[in-house]
Amino acid sequence: MAKIEIKNIYKIFGRKPDKILPMVKDGATKEQVLEKTGHTVGLDNVSLKIEEGETFVCMGLSGSGKSTLIRHLNRLIDPTDGEVLVDGQSVMNLNPEQLIDFRRYKMSMVFQRFGLFPHKTVLENVGYGLEMQGKPDEEKNKTAMEKIEAVGLNGFEHQFPNQLSGGMQQRVGLARALATNSDIMLMDEAFSALDPLIRSDMQKQLLDLQSQLKKTIVFITHDLDESLRLGDHIGILNAGKLVQVGSPVDIVMNPADAYVEAFVKDVNRAKVIKAKIIMKPANQSNDVDKSDLIRVQEDQFIEEFLPKIVCKNSNCEVVDKQGHIKGYITNKELQSSLIKS
Amino acid sequence: MLVFFGWLLFISYVSSKRKPDNVGELLKFDWLQEWPKWLDLPLMAWINDAFKKLNETYGWIFEAINNFLLAMLVALKNFLILAPWPLVILGVVVIAYFASGRKIGTTVFVGFCTFFIGFLHPIFWQKAIETTAIMLISIFLCTIVGIPIGILMARSTRIRDKLLPVLDLMQTIPAFVYLIPGIMLFGLGAVPAIIATFIYAVPPLVRLTDLGIRLVDKEVIEAADAFGASRKQKLFGVQLPLALPNIMQGINQCTMMALSMVVIASMIGTRGLGDEVLLGLQQLNVGKAAEAGIAIVLLAIVLDRITQSYGETLQERSTPQNKKK
Repeated sequence: MAKIEIKNIYKIFGRKPDKILPMVKDGATKEQVLEKTGHTVGLDNVSLKIEEGETFVCMGLSGSGKSTLIRHLNRLIDPTDGEVLVDGQSVMNLNPEQLIDFRRYKMSMVFQRFGLFPHKTVLENVGYGLEMQGKPDEEKNKTAMEKIEAVGLNGFEHQFPNQLSGGMQQRVGLARALATNSDIMLMDEAFSALDPLIRSDMQKQLLDLQSQLKKTIVFITHDLDESLRLGDHIGILNAGKLVQVGSPVDIVMNPADAYVEAFVKDVNRAKVIKAKIIMKPANQSNDVDKSDLIRVQEDQFIEEFLPKIVCKNSNCEVVDKQGHIKGYITNKELQSSLIKS
Repeated sequence: MLVFFGWLLFISYVSSKRKPDNVGELLKFDWLQEWPKWLDLPLMAWINDAFKKLNETYGWIFEAINNFLLAMLVALKNFLILAPWPLVILGVVVIAYFASGRKIGTTVFVGFCTFFIGFLHPIFWQKAIETTAIMLISIFLCTIVGIPIGILMARSTRIRDKLLPVLDLMQTIPAFVYLIPGIMLFGLGAVPAIIATFIYAVPPLVRLTDLGIRLVDKEVIEAADAFGASRKQKLFGVQLPLALPNIMQGINQCTMMALSMVVIASMIGTRGLGDEVLLGLQQLNVGKAAEAGIAIVLLAIVLDRITQSYGETLQERSTPQNKKK
């Protein structure tokens, strides 16, 4: 069973969304609806599944509905139509008290502009979720301190958020989300407001934390490099419609339409594609020149062994972890994989 | 709406004492020239009747309010008057010191202003205390009524839409319009002044409370929601603390407006600095009126500095210095 399942979600913003719904279901586009009725289609028949322990990145330009989508998961926004299931439980059927409990224990969230409480210290901010859970102060502060250490902010726990830099503030946001120990973490453009260097730093920190914690993360971004780096699966939204869902390689190698293609056009493909994707299987490689081979792991990205090949101008043999030969890469495969399709 | 308007026209015509003798006179249409005497909404009579009835049936309620407020006022006034004046100045200085976040400059300034009120004329000290007592009670009333109403307005657009015109009315209607019925309900003296001050001074507090809560960063509210804060936890833990600088500004405005009512209130026999101004004017004693006027300004400065600097102290703590988008 998928951890989170979204089924045919529609979201229409405006005065009478229910009246517009049939029109949208009949396939009217966002522009048509806006022109005819003045309503904005936020999400148009979005369905997807997110598995436990994976990082699902939802990508799209601004206005594509990605922030709207993530707010449906903890019902900060109610859908016009459709269903959201978390652990098989419909979020829409929760009564107000259940919803509060659901938000306290099941999900936590990190915000684009951090959403920190300016009147609370770092320690109080990080402990906020635990305070809501009704944990005693002692336990609250202990857990909060652990998380502050985990994100590398020890020594700052008694400062106020406005005394910290943007990157540090977002670490507080991250620590606050980690502290509740919920199994799902929603991250709404969490790193978009940060400088490139700090952003890369934070991405690494998130990857490190995730390798230990194995939470289910739903991450929203408009940055393709970020989504390729973080995501186990990526969903691409355009004008409220989900145009493609797939692994990073899928997205880069087989874009579903012109929109996705335009997105991935400039991406550094060598960073995304692994050796095993482009290799020619061993049993079809009798004609490959096997003198002076370079050995690469099947899970290595092209980027990592590309310089070696270029310098020596020889072919690669691709091996798995046990050292069995799985296939070969010649210049031909390398070229076709790196040239923009 | 149209039916209601027609009904109003009909009622006014029927109840008018100066209607034309017969319908034939109406058909001459010379009443189009000048506003006809019979086209007169009898609102005055209605209000007078309603007011009379109100006074007769619910008089005891106003009596009770009157006694309650008066008791509070007398207690506060006597306490401040009986206390030796240096002690009162010391109290003001201590309050100013802590409210301003331990700023020495503000504290000394406030202390001197307080001293100068009495220094201008010995009688002013007691008068200023009487005025302050009335104001403090008005502001207390404003706070316990205004802040909850502001919170309600921030929560519901419907309540807000209904209350905004009422607030406009309270701010624009001339003070004498409700001072006079105030006298009739509560008698001469301090209580109608408190009520009038309340009506005049509460709107800015309501507005600023509402505004303050609405101005709280949407993402911060979303964060509180996302971590499962209940409505109550959100209000007391996040919205009110973050709206506090604005609410304090509201209390500050409330104080200033209350003080501007002091002179007007003295015309209905409220004792205080206002009646010194009034006396000076009546005697054409420019110096006396000016002295009393300055005393009112000094009182205003003291109260303003204390409430204002408290708001500023709060603000310094809670506004981000480097807002990054």
